[in-house]
Amino acid sequence: MQKMMLLGDEAFAQGVLDAGLSGFYGYPGTPSTEIGEYIQRSPQAKQRDVKRLWHANEKTAMEAAIGMSYAGKRAIVTMKHVGLNVAADPFMNSALTGASGGLIVAVADDPSMHSSQNEQDSRFYSKFAMIPALEPSNQQEAYDMAKHGFELSEKFHLPVMFRVTTRLAHSRAGVSRHEEVAENEMSKPTDPNQFMLLPAFARKKYKHHLEMQEEMVKASEESPFNSYFDGADKSLGIIACGLGYNYLMENYPDGCPYPIVKIGQYPLPRKMIEKITSECDEILMVEEGMPLVEEQLRGFLNNGIRIKGRMDGTLSWDGELNPAKVRAALGMPALPSKPMPEVMVGRPPALCVGCPHADSYKALRAAVVDKYGQGHIFSDIGCYTLGFMPPYKAINSCVDMGASITMAIGAADAGLFPAIAVIGDSTFGHSGITGLLDAIYKQANVVIVILDNDTTAMTGMQDSSVTGRLERICEGIGVEKDHIRVINPLSRMHDENVKVIEEEIAYEGVSVIIPRRPCIHVYSKKKRSGGEE
Amino acid sequence: MKKDIILAGVGGQGILSIAAIIGYAAVENGLYLKQAEVHGMSQRGGDVQSHLRISSKPIYSDLIAEGSADMILSVEPLEALRYVPYLSEEGWLITNSNPFKNIPNYPDVDKVHEEVGKLGNNIMIDSEAIAKELGNVRASNIVMLGAASAFLDIPMEKLEDGIKFIFGKKGEEVVNLNLEALRAGRKASNK
Repeated sequence: MQKMMLLGDEAFAQGVLDAGLSGFYGYPGTPSTEIGEYIQRSPQAKQRDVKRLWHANEKTAMEAAIGMSYAGKRAIVTMKHVGLNVAADPFMNSALTGASGGLIVAVADDPSMHSSQNEQDSRFYSKFAMIPALEPSNQQEAYDMAKHGFELSEKFHLPVMFRVTTRLAHSRAGVSRHEEVAENEMSKPTDPNQFMLLPAFARKKYKHHLEMQEEMVKASEESPFNSYFDGADKSLGIIACGLGYNYLMENYPDGCPYPIVKIGQYPLPRKMIEKITSECDEILMVEEGMPLVEEQLRGFLNNGIRIKGRMDGTLSWDGELNPAKVRAALGMPALPSKPMPEVMVGRPPALCVGCPHADSYKALRAAVVDKYGQGHIFSDIGCYTLGFMPPYKAINSCVDMGASITMAIGAADAGLFPAIAVIGDSTFGHSGITGLLDAIYKQANVVIVILDNDTTAMTGMQDSSVTGRLERICEGIGVEKDHIRVINPLSRMHDENVKVIEEEIAYEGVSVIIPRRPCIHVYSKKKRSGGEE
Repeated sequence: MKKDIILAGVGGQGILSIAAIIGYAAVENGLYLKQAEVHGMSQRGGDVQSHLRISSKPIYSDLIAEGSADMILSVEPLEALRYVPYLSEEGWLITNSNPFKNIPNYPDVDKVHEEVGKLGNNIMIDSEAIAKELGNVRASNIVMLGAASAFLDIPMEKLEDGIKFIFGKKGEEVVNLNLEALRAGRKASNK
């Protein structure tokens, strides 16, 4: 079969489809989004009727995936690294319930924070939950790990983490496919109490989970994704995880002179680590993300062999790896390169020309910032976070999905007036609804602006679960009908929109303002396909 | 054979189409390929780049190392300069001369052009004017591909096949426009 040119994300998606996937669950988030998008447009998924709609957030997606696993079928749940914080509750507990049908938790980390608020390393979560994790170094491995991951999950009756980082998630290369594996039949768990975490059961399950750890180490030692490559020069041994292996080998086009342990499956393959640390004078740790393996190697006393890595500054603690950083860590001189021309300036991302959010922010500036000064508008995660940039300079916070509403409540409690929250429609569906419920219950004096652009824009126009339902949701939760105000964010409506915002600031209680106009990309797409205008 | 190419531009200017065509042609020519893209927030009018690596041998890194790119191919002159530290000693910088000004502090265009000129191996053409002459300014990115085509070590016919493959769904007119754009770019770079 001819090789397919696939992004790392897409290679994994094709891999799970070929490995008998029955359900995809997830919430979009860079750099994980393309896994779901690939499955959603796949003719193979359509033909098999693989379940493949987005969920409201990572937690509900994770729980649904556990449910499909409960019923014996193979499922994946996808998210970006910070999404796993949202799904952490079911994720941690799934280590004790275990899996019935193969269950892979696919998490895409974003070191260097290209499109994220932090660069947390999801491998820590896999270690925390004490479950196996897979980390590919290239697109072919991303494909192969899908089938391997399901098999591992069904062998151990545990969820398995698949961890990828931005560079591989968004890089394309040729991938060869294996034959398609049939989906599992629906079945109830053989042990009816498997998913029952009452304390009495949970204690037993935890003991069993601890007993399984040695088996998982053994599986890692036998894994095709962990290898020991011998080298003649034992003055240095290199342990390279995931993408780190590529950057290492890039610097040795004719072969590396030092022994290497290449890691693609966790928990760590103990025997390989023992071999390389006993044979070599010192160790260089090359891992993409935080120093997870390095910390384990050092231990608290750090009294063994000399270890170089991110913790001693051989590599910088923060930021993604690249060939030049690893080259320096290997003690090689930098390649000669030209300096950056002095004329250079940055080109940060910005709201698109014609974006409805731009008009919403102009109105907010006039009604809030010009009148009360900076410091009153809490915002959230999405395209509209760019409202921080000039010329808007309208928002003062961006913390996590949904935090705009709840931070506004807390600030209003402290006496801040006005306290305004600005949140996108999809983010509202993700984690804003519960915050609005808090606001109603507490009768908080807040104005919540739900920017409704009919899509999940920042990640590339995914459907949103709240589309067409916003007013009814707000009313159902208890917002007074008269204080749910829909406005049209257009420059010719500016004065009217400012007036609406002013009126709702004056109202003591919970107000919701919904500036509604489709994202210009959704609009032009619909126009092109001859749909409504 | 090895070609490490940085494709540069501003989100929405069509550098991923260039990457897709070169990628198709390279794979059809039996070469290995890796191509790293930028998705997410930067695509909203920010600077975007793609690292495109082609080789007759397997490729390890998805990223090109600083000081080792054989070519910077850019659809915007300031964005071309952004990646100069990646260029190898003998590397080529090939760029469109038209600025895309979506920032308030865009530097003086003459100075930008002057910096491009300081690099020994450079080609700067007005790809937008050429595309306009052909009937659609949107083909400007393919004019730039044409300008770079002589340095890719990939036969012109393979690139043409790539255009037919990538734009095939959009109809014959679009394919022909882009084929003309490719040839016009090649011609302009020979001048």
